[in-house]
Amino acid sequence: MTENGAHAFELQGVNIYYGSKMAVNDVNLMIPRQKITAFIGPSGCGKSTVLRSLNRMNDLIPGARVQGGVFFGGQDLYAENVDPVEVRRRIGMVFQKPNPFPKSIYDNVAYGPRLLGVRGKAVLDEIVERSLKGAFLWDEVRGDLKKSGLALSGGQQQRLCIARTIAVEPEVILMDEPASALDPIATQAIEELMKVLVQQFTIVIVTHNMQQAQRVSDYTAFYSIRKKEEQGGVENRWGILAEYAPTERLFTNPASEETERYIRGEFG
Amino acid sequence: MSDLLTSVPEDKPMSLMPDEVVFRRGLAGRHLRGRVWKIFFMMAIVLALLSLVALFLNVVNSAAGLIVVQYNIDPAEVVPNGDLAAATAEQLAAGIVEYEPNRALVLIRDNLSSVPVDQFSASTMSQILGTHLYPESAADKTPRDLEPEERAAILAQNLSVDVMKQFISDDIIGLNVLETHSLFESIFDRAAIEEHFAAEFDPATTRLEFRLWLRPSFLTSGQSSDPVLAGIRTALIGTIWIVAITVLVAFPIGVGAAIYLEEYAAAFGNINTRFGRFMQWFNRFIETNVRNLAGVPSIIYGLLGLAIFVRAAAEFTSGRFVGVTDSNGRTIISASLTMALLILPVIIINAQEAIRAVQSSIREASYGLGATKWQTIWNQVLPAAMPGILTGTILGMSRAIGETAPLVIVGASTATFLDPNGPFSSFTALPIQIYQWTARPQAEFRAIAAAAIIVLLVLLLLLNATAILLRQYFRRKLQT
Ligand SMILES: Nc1ncnc2c1ncn2[C@@H]1O[C@H](COP(=O)(O)OP(=O)(O)O)[C@@H](O)[C@H]1O
Ligand SMILES: [Mg+2]
Repeated sequence: MTENGAHAFELQGVNIYYGSKMAVNDVNLMIPRQKITAFIGPSGCGKSTVLRSLNRMNDLIPGARVQGGVFFGGQDLYAENVDPVEVRRRIGMVFQKPNPFPKSIYDNVAYGPRLLGVRGKAVLDEIVERSLKGAFLWDEVRGDLKKSGLALSGGQQQRLCIARTIAVEPEVILMDEPASALDPIATQAIEELMKVLVQQFTIVIVTHNMQQAQRVSDYTAFYSIRKKEEQGGVENRWGILAEYAPTERLFTNPASEETERYIRGEFG
Repeated sequence: MSDLLTSVPEDKPMSLMPDEVVFRRGLAGRHLRGRVWKIFFMMAIVLALLSLVALFLNVVNSAAGLIVVQYNIDPAEVVPNGDLAAATAEQLAAGIVEYEPNRALVLIRDNLSSVPVDQFSASTMSQILGTHLYPESAADKTPRDLEPEERAAILAQNLSVDVMKQFISDDIIGLNVLETHSLFESIFDRAAIEEHFAAEFDPATTRLEFRLWLRPSFLTSGQSSDPVLAGIRTALIGTIWIVAITVLVAFPIGVGAAIYLEEYAAAFGNINTRFGRFMQWFNRFIETNVRNLAGVPSIIYGLLGLAIFVRAAAEFTSGRFVGVTDSNGRTIISASLTMALLILPVIIINAQEAIRAVQSSIREASYGLGATKWQTIWNQVLPAAMPGILTGTILGMSRAIGETAPLVIVGASTATFLDPNGPFSSFTALPIQIYQWTARPQAEFRAIAAAAIIVLLVLLLLLNATAILLRQYFRRKLQT
């Protein structure tokens, strides 16, 4: 293990299974603090799976299992005495499809703090305002915080989800293709937001879009698929971490030919 | 040009599709089959609607109509408007004292006296009435000396209206329904009925009147062996008690079971272990059986309720443990618990489906913010599932209102003159009352049975309407 200061996560020989099926094999990765790390790779290579293992979201899927070490600030997240509820409160998540609660904008943002027992209108008002400002949404909704979160546009909904996440002041924000359901303008807004948020948070983002990874991220992890023919003609596929480097270098000077072919768009 | 045409088939493979003629013939047949099915489906709807209309007309037809009544004394002279059922206690008492001043004393002796019969006429009213209410001026008088106003006051203050109505009807007015006609007969065949009345009956002592059997006093009167006086108050109160307790018991248990099956049991078994696989199998086993239970005939639940609640748990269901002494296990609480068992599967299945339909993205969002499982269930899953859960509960409630067989077995009384006053009372219920009345040979009983059926249907509609409003309320809350 390296010094805890620079790295938020350290993954050591991580294998993740769904039931008896192996989804990713032997991932070794160090994710730096207060930087944006992007996960790229072809569909089905396990980007989301690895991302969800970082805040124990996989626990919610019956039969999902993580082997190896996932360390956060030196603490093994899968140790016996670790409560996944605490993990998720410190490592927030934004999902591919904007998923605001069917409640008002205010209640959406106040939901997390209330879970933690924060009461009192003045404090909650302050949290809601600060979080919405932090997600660049305040100016658009300040007049009508009672409006349903579902009444917002897709891009606004996703920023509401980000506001909701930062309201509990996590240390890390995990984002699983946060802009893939949005139009280019909303996407740009999210990207700009990420660049500001990274001053405060560690961000890990899964993206399908290589330009996006290049534009926003400091480090990029490229995942790929390995296959093996089993007896009976059944094909076994699993994901591996193929290359991990500073974004600049990975895109200009990839170490492996596979990475190079992928970033040239030859498969995906 | 023609070269071009003939050359086409050569490089195109020969078509395997039917040619134009065959296609057209087939097309007509395909459309025809569609039309036949459409007509069949339409007939099904029409048939269903017709049966509904027939049922409705049949009930309404019986619930009102012309009757031939016979009186010793015109009711209008005894109580205002001759409407006995709607009269107040004071009016009834005054009528009794006016027409039967001595029988009024008999009523006091039989119903209120606390002295032996042979000392009745020699005792003062304060001795006779004890703790009952009476005017101060009457305290030291013997019964014979009472002024008419005093007799009336004592009757009005102490006797139930039902007893007085019965007395007036039987012993003063002597009201007797001689003939009952249905509503449609009364409307479309009125002339014939009037002719028949004029020919057969004496207008001095009988009268032809139009009677609405379903009238306000029908709801407020208790049981009676006289169909003119009988009402459904006792049965209605019984039904309301039963349904209320049933829902109070079945709703939390049913929703709780559904939450367990959907939210906990599914995640309980880690399919990577042998024990986990067993738990998953076990949960599926439970679920299948809950579904089977929904199809078990209600009479079986009645037998179960008889064995468990009426017999085995008599100490509890009779209310002896809280000091109720005058009942056995055949009480409202036994009936309610039996009904709760009966509707539990319906509530569980519907709640399960509603919970399962809650989008997983909402759950993930909640967990992702650091919510515990219970916080997620309480704040997100249950509100989103509530419309569906309510639908199931209403289905169950509607079933509980109409079920008769289990009540008969658990021991609904056939003749209860006392209103139920709590979970440990004996009871009767609307469907039981209806069943009893329809079993009587006289047409008047069928008429009041029809009136009671209308009340039951209206109650059902009201419940369903409430449920729909509640459901809309929760839906709107989720959308805006
Ligand atoms: N809930 C699940 N249950 C079973 N298998 C899953 C589940 N989620 C993902 N997988 C499998 O794990 C592999 C990786 O999926 P995922 O992490 O979603 O890939 P990516 O996000 O890179 O497209 C895929 O083969 C997928 O079929
Ligand atoms: Mg994915």
